[in-house]
Amino acid sequence: MCVTPNPTAYLDHAATTPMSSAAIEAYTDQLAVAGNPSSLHSAGRAARRVVEESREQIAAALGARPSEVVFTGGGTEADNLAIKGLFWARRVANPERRRILISAVEHHAVLDPAFWMAEHAGAEIVLLAVDSRGVLDVEALRAELAAHGPEVAFISVMWANNELGTIQPIADVVAAARPYGIPVHSDAVQAAGQIPLDFAASGLDALTLTAHKLGGPVGVGALLARRDLDLTPVLHGGGQERGVRSGTLDAAGIRAFAAALTEAVRLLPATSDRLVALRDRLIQGVRDRVPTATLRGPDPMAGDAALRLPGNAHFTFAGCEGDSLLYLLDSAGVQSSTGSACQAGVPQPSHVLLATGVGEEDARGALRFSLGHTSTDADVDLLLDVLPGVVDRATAAGLASAGIGMSRNRGTQEVR
Amino acid sequence: MRVLAAMSGGVDSAVAAARVVEAGHEVVGVHMALSRNRNQFRTGSRGCCSIEDAGDARRAADILGIPYYVWDLSEKFQDTVVADFLSEYAAGRTPNPCVRCNEHIKFEALLDKATALGFDAVATGHYAQVITRTAPDGTEVRELHRSPNTAKDQSYVLAVMGPERLARAMFPLGAYETKDEVRAEAAARGLSVSNKPDSYDICFVADGDTQGFLRDHLGSQPGDIVDADGTILGAHDGAYSYTVGQRKGLSIGRPAPDGKPRYVLDVQPVSNRVVVGPAEMLTVDRLTGDQSVWLADDVLAAAGLDLAAPHSDGTAWFDAEIQVRAHGEPVPARVRAVPDASGPAGRMEVELTGETLRGVAAGQSLVVYLGTRVLGQSTVVSTAWSGAPDRATTTPAAATSAATAAQHA
Repeated sequence: MCVTPNPTAYLDHAATTPMSSAAIEAYTDQLAVAGNPSSLHSAGRAARRVVEESREQIAAALGARPSEVVFTGGGTEADNLAIKGLFWARRVANPERRRILISAVEHHAVLDPAFWMAEHAGAEIVLLAVDSRGVLDVEALRAELAAHGPEVAFISVMWANNELGTIQPIADVVAAARPYGIPVHSDAVQAAGQIPLDFAASGLDALTLTAHKLGGPVGVGALLARRDLDLTPVLHGGGQERGVRSGTLDAAGIRAFAAALTEAVRLLPATSDRLVALRDRLIQGVRDRVPTATLRGPDPMAGDAALRLPGNAHFTFAGCEGDSLLYLLDSAGVQSSTGSACQAGVPQPSHVLLATGVGEEDARGALRFSLGHTSTDADVDLLLDVLPGVVDRATAAGLASAGIGMSRNRGTQEVR
Repeated sequence: MRVLAAMSGGVDSAVAAARVVEAGHEVVGVHMALSRNRNQFRTGSRGCCSIEDAGDARRAADILGIPYYVWDLSEKFQDTVVADFLSEYAAGRTPNPCVRCNEHIKFEALLDKATALGFDAVATGHYAQVITRTAPDGTEVRELHRSPNTAKDQSYVLAVMGPERLARAMFPLGAYETKDEVRAEAAARGLSVSNKPDSYDICFVADGDTQGFLRDHLGSQPGDIVDADGTILGAHDGAYSYTVGQRKGLSIGRPAPDGKPRYVLDVQPVSNRVVVGPAEMLTVDRLTGDQSVWLADDVLAAAGLDLAAPHSDGTAWFDAEIQVRAHGEPVPARVRAVPDASGPAGRMEVELTGETLRGVAAGQSLVVYLGTRVLGQSTVVSTAWSGAPDRATTTPAAATSAATAAQHA
């Protein structure tokens, strides 16, 4: 109906980001080629070659060895493989190792398999506290290790948080774990392509990646796993990927993943500087225009710039509900997120915000703006233009929902 | 206009949304999540708020080409509808949760939020008509009327909303005479919910076991079953399990002296007693209600209500019909509005002029009609029978449960 489309701003790159043209080209080229990488004939060999070249590229981009790359169907699967595979392998080797140490702000793809293992496989979950910025309390981790080191199956701490953009002290976690010989996994889904990652230098034993957050397609990811890491398979079948992840390899997806990652890493310093500048303008602009907004997570203007992903800004708006803000922004062309949505799309108070000490009431008014490789000044301008009006409206709706003011007054007027 | 279409995932609300889209309004679909822990699938006609229903609503919105959102109203629903349901039963009354949901959720929380967010109206798939009429002084008056589809008519559960909210409500299915027409229209529009079964029962009692739900939430509370004289006839495990007019399941060993069946006459939560007796003691021809909501200022004014007067005396008696159950028959009555603490017409007094009613429970919704038009609504607080002036009535009074078969609305 609209002849001239209204301007829109996509500010939800942390949910998924557009595929890069290099990735689209690699993807569509390979989609036209038949061949199962496990087949022994020439078509199979050609497909396998694409997979192996992609594996080498991905390894090279992240300081890993090609043999450490285990392709999966995405980040959730890689996390499940890490959590379940590590627990089972470590527990079989020594039944005493029942404790899983994870940060309180992990993504559900780590939290839920861990709690599932607690219910079904005898695991004990220890949630490691974070501070008000979302940064892991490494002292708490050290104390836990000192008290229960021999009982710990593994540690999992995300590289960067999906909601607040907080970058975790992975080097400290690895250093704390090393004396005990405890493996450490990190979900780096949000970090890869946004900040430099070096698997070998990190000292990690396993690291989760997904393609679609860095310009690749949905449905492909990887677990980087040290060659000597003992992992029990979750998917059984044809024995692909060191026997820990059976299933026909997705040559097109893997090739596009490699193309996207290679490009993202090549452009990283420039993209990062650009996104930091945009992000800081966004944060300052929101603060200037909306006094009720509170930045959550590390404050780049207060010395914590190195602790926050370049593309992430996260606010709570006092007295507003996230779903009102999201609707109003969406209808004004600005696409953002209230946090991680469940399948039915019902916003729940974020466990991440609660873990940083934000109250339930404030957590309702949370909104994440995440920038990526296609973000422009115009996107930030549009947000800053519409946000004050949106927040005013959402505040009024918050009062209405709370049954204060108009709702009650009308109620008494009606009875006459 | 900007219209919010409330979409449950059922066929009625989908067609209602389609009609407002077709009328040229700017429409946004909203599904209300009323429980945080929802079932994945719906079981037959039970419940309405599964994730599958949210998905059906989303698909209907896709087909209509309108934006779609899920709003979490679960806390409000729990705090008002579910809490009210339990506390009313615990107090020996028989609530209608669909009336409370319309009052507090659809036409309060949702409507007020929508208004604050810039919507002009909320459209739902209810079967009722809004007829706009020009008053002698030139102002527009919106009247709520029954649907011509008498089997589906939901004016009873909508009567609670009051004029200000009625002004912001749209019922696009109001003129439909049969559900088949609605289904046919849904099919013609390519809406996959066209042959989805209707939902009945109480949506938050997903397995349909209201007694089990009450027992789980209110616990076991053993007490006596007595006759009108206080003679103990048996024992019960929770007075809330009984509703006035109930005959089955009383588990009284010995028969009544006259051999006639015994019915629940009263549920007395304070003494935790259930009073039983013969059917004729259920007869009711006098009712009093409170929390009245009127949709007929013209009728009240004609009956003498003077809102400008410092101390209103309410109205004179006027002729109307009343209905006390979602699917009950209206009966002729004379009605008057009386002032109380909540306002100059907060209390409602009713005297039946034709047939009597049997077993009306405190807590039931009492709706006043004039022909097809809804004049007002009140919540029953006490009942009596003029033919037996010395009958032992208590407040909350004798009551039945028709409302538990609450139509999902």
